[in-house]
Parts: sequence; structure tokens; C-alpha cells
Amino acid sequence: MKAFAYHQPRTVADAVRLLSQRGTMAIAGGQDILGAMKDGLFEPEHLVNLKSLPGLGDIKETSTGLQIGALVTLSDIAEHPVIRRDYTALAEAAEAVATLQIRNVGTIGGNLCQRPRCWYFRDPHVHCLKKGGDQCYAVRGDNRYHAIISPGPCYIVHPSDCAPALIALGAKVTIAGAKGTRTVALKHFFQMPDKNLKGENVLQPGEVVTQITVPKPKAGTRSTYLKVREKDSFDWALVSAAVVLQMQGEICRAATVVLGGVAPVPYDSASAAKMLVGKPVTVQTATAAGKAAVEQATPLEHNAYKVPLAAAVVKRAVLAAARGVRE
Amino acid sequence: MDEEREKLPQHTPEEVDASRRQFLRNLGVTAAMASLLSSGAILEERRAKRAQAETLQTPPSGATELRGTVAVTLQVNGREHTLQLEPRVTLLDALRDHLGLTGTKRVCDRGSCGACTVLLDGKPVYSCSVLAVDAQGKKIETVESLAQGEQLHPVQQAFVEHDALMCGFCTPGFIMSLKALLDKTPQPTAQQVKEACAGNICRCGTYNRIFEAALAAVQSMSRGG
Repeated sequence: MKAFAYHQPRTVADAVRLLSQRGTMAIAGGQDILGAMKDGLFEPEHLVNLKSLPGLGDIKETSTGLQIGALVTLSDIAEHPVIRRDYTALAEAAEAVATLQIRNVGTIGGNLCQRPRCWYFRDPHVHCLKKGGDQCYAVRGDNRYHAIISPGPCYIVHPSDCAPALIALGAKVTIAGAKGTRTVALKHFFQMPDKNLKGENVLQPGEVVTQITVPKPKAGTRSTYLKVREKDSFDWALVSAAVVLQMQGEICRAATVVLGGVAPVPYDSASAAKMLVGKPVTVQTATAAGKAAVEQATPLEHNAYKVPLAAAVVKRAVLAAARGVRE
Repeated sequence: MDEEREKLPQHTPEEVDASRRQFLRNLGVTAAMASLLSSGAILEERRAKRAQAETLQTPPSGATELRGTVAVTLQVNGREHTLQLEPRVTLLDALRDHLGLTGTKRVCDRGSCGACTVLLDGKPVYSCSVLAVDAQGKKIETVESLAQGEQLHPVQQAFVEHDALMCGFCTPGFIMSLKALLDKTPQPTAQQVKEACAGNICRCGTYNRIFEAALAAVQSMSRGG
């Protein structure tokens, strides 16, 4: 790892001022960036430690929902009794991230802002499109873990587990920058590569995520996060799905279905949700939701297996979420 | 001939072990010297110095900046140590290379294998993926803290009795993950034992015996052993 100067800002304004300058990068839990720095993928001359900022490490319950500081660890989210009970998809997603050792240090802010795991992007010797090169090597290379839904020209999948769950629960992120703070629906935080090739989200240089706000679910809401991995003990998702259902008796009144592992952003499938709303949740409606979720899929040479996998994951997640209602 | 053999110095096993370690340490020093002399290392040092020479144009007033070598105070196994480290030094390298605590193993150095697992304020973390400067003010426990003299920790004792290792390189990491589990959950289920070890890899594949040993440690601890 190259040497760097390590900055310990005490206020968000100081952190923003530091991060607005060239050669700086932010570190929170460091579970992504330290490995990338050891690999020589990033070589910041100045590292700005967000952990030194006070007040961003708490989960607050308010009358309208939850306020989660960006520095809250994934373990704290996974173990929080209110999140487990009322925001189940988020607790299950946080628990599905990596390993206990990583969840004990990794933060929710870092989980949302982590960089993709595409092996061409991660290889410091490969100058891919995302790093300013002239081609996406996944298009003709080994693309078994890549996107089945992407407008191009890059085919990463977004690696976050918490993002699909938070989007399905209607979360917003607070972003601090040089011009003050702004709030963005998490759904609009992430950007497809045709809009933003070098990054994965709307963050501008100097901006940092400081808080995640999750609205209180309406009565009758149940949710789940289901993740399928190649290595079950710990791995990134081949495909995952967060499903939030608002039930009234046997009838689904509102639904959100957001997939991970299929697209460069967490993929919010309105057509899958449409198959569920106004109907009882049955094997037939859940199967229809799964099929609808992948209707836009155009797989690459080695990842067509993800199409039936995603349909099955959505179906199983819908049925699991609905079972939660009856229990 | 026999007389000569009798004249050879006799070493106790402890002495042999100590001199083997000293030999390996000296080897490490030689290797480190060789790599320092290599041109790659020199270039890297130069680049590091150049990077440190470039200051930010408008450093904010309230922020502290750590550059070059800084004093880092670590509370390891109940003792406080102040080291002179660069901010880029990981907790793993601080423990192994600066404190001589080589029980914590360096394998993947990328937060994927678990051999470097230590406890930070009682929670298992990958010491390769935590900067030493960030571990200040926290209680650090390594595998060296477990045995009390000749008395092994129940998890260590169970690993010996159940032959829960082959090459043994992953063992300190597994032991620390299981120690953290049992501190928090004294009567875990078999499933909880598996989940606690999910962040540790054993390339020899001794998982079944590791799980058996963990459950045996639970039994012996509940008997007060």
C-alpha cells in the first residue's frame, strides 16, 4: 500500500472541504478501500477518515421511521431488534453481507458506496472502460457474474446487499457537500453506466453520504431479502431480491421488488410488483412476478443462468414475505 | 564416535524451539534487508516521500493530519504499547512485525480468509483490514492472550483433544472467532457455531472436527472446565 497522509476531520464541513481536493479519498470502515489500495487499484495521497466525525454512528427511531447514521456498522443493523421486526428485509440484507468480521467494521454508508467487484475493474493492470479505457472487457470476456440487464456500455452488477432492501423500503440518503446538504431517494442515488460510466451514483467530488432515512412501514407490511451465492458461507450475490409487501388480509395492496446481482444498479422491477398488487399472493402470482422481473433481461455469453435464477429468487422471496404476514 | 556424540550439547525442547524461532527471525531480517536494497523498494520509498511532500492547499483548521511516522498506542492483551508507525500499517502488521505477536497469521491480507482474526472490543475483525491507527483506544485481544501459562483456553484444549487442525495455519483465526462466539453466546447451537466460523477458511478442510471441538468446548465450559 502506498503511503498517504491520514486526515481526521471533526466536522462534516471539514471532511467535505478535504474531499473536494484532488488526490483525496474517503474511508469509513475501510473494508472495500483498504483491499483496493493494497492491490494498487486506488493510490490516494490523502485519505480522509470519516470515522472521526461525531454523531454519524447512531440508529434513531422517530415517529416517521428510522434515521441511520452513515457510520452505523452492518452488525448493528443486523442485530437491531426494531429493524429485525419492522424492517426485516434490511436486517436480513445486512446479515447477508460478507462475514461477521467484515460486518463488525463495515458501515452502511460504505456498503452503499462500495465499488463494483467486476474482475476487470478490480484488476489494476486492466484499463477498462470504467477506468477511462476504451472497452468493457466483460462484453467478450468471462462475464459469468456480470449484468443481465444493462443499457451498456459497462456490465458491472452493483455489489450492495443493503441497497436493494433499502430501496424496496423507500429509503432516502442525505448527502453533504460544499453547497450544503441534499436528500435523494436511494432509488435515484444509483446511476446506470450510460448516465455515469466512472461512478455508480450521483455523488460529486467532495460529497459524502451522512444519513439514511427509512420511512415507517404501513400496517400489514412484511418484507424479506433473499440472496443466492455461489459459496454459501460468504460471497457476493449471484442474484438477490428484496421484496416488500403491504397486505390487507389475503390481498396484496402494495408491493416493491428490487433485485441485486442483475444490473449495474439495484434493479427495481415495477412489472414484477404489478403482478402482485390487488391479488392474493399465491404460487401463481409469485411465479408471474418472477417472470416479469426478468422480461427485460438480455444475458451475455456466460450469464444466461441468471435469468431463471432471478425469476426463482423473486418467486421464493415473494412467497417468503407473504408467509411472514400469516405467521 | 560414541564419545563424541555424548559430548554434543544437549538442548531441552524449549531451547530448540526458541533457537528455531530466532533462526526464522534472523531469516526474516535478512529477507527484509534484501527487499529494502531492491530497486523497487527504493522507488516506492521515494514515491512515498514525494506524496508526503505534497500538502493540501487549504487544510481545514479543525482536522488533524497524520503523515510520515506517528506515535500509535495500542492496548493489546491488557498491555499498552506505543509504536512508531505510518498510518498505512495495518493492525495485523503492527501485531506481527512490531510487537512480535506472530500467533495472528497473515494469509490472504485481503479480508477473505480469517487467519488474521483478532477481537476488537470483544468483536472479531480481520486485523489485515483495520489500520493500526484506527485500533487505538480499543481493547485488542490476540490468540496469545488465551492460555494462562500451561493452562489452555477451553477452545484451544478442545482443538487439541479433537485433532481439529491439519496444517494449523488457520487455527488461531478459528479459535478467536469461536472465543468471541462463546463470550457472547455461552450455549450456542451447532448452526450458530457454523455461522461464527463462516468468515474463516480452512484449506485442509478440517471443518467437521473444528465444529466438534467448538461444541466440546461449550460442554467443558458449562461444566466450569
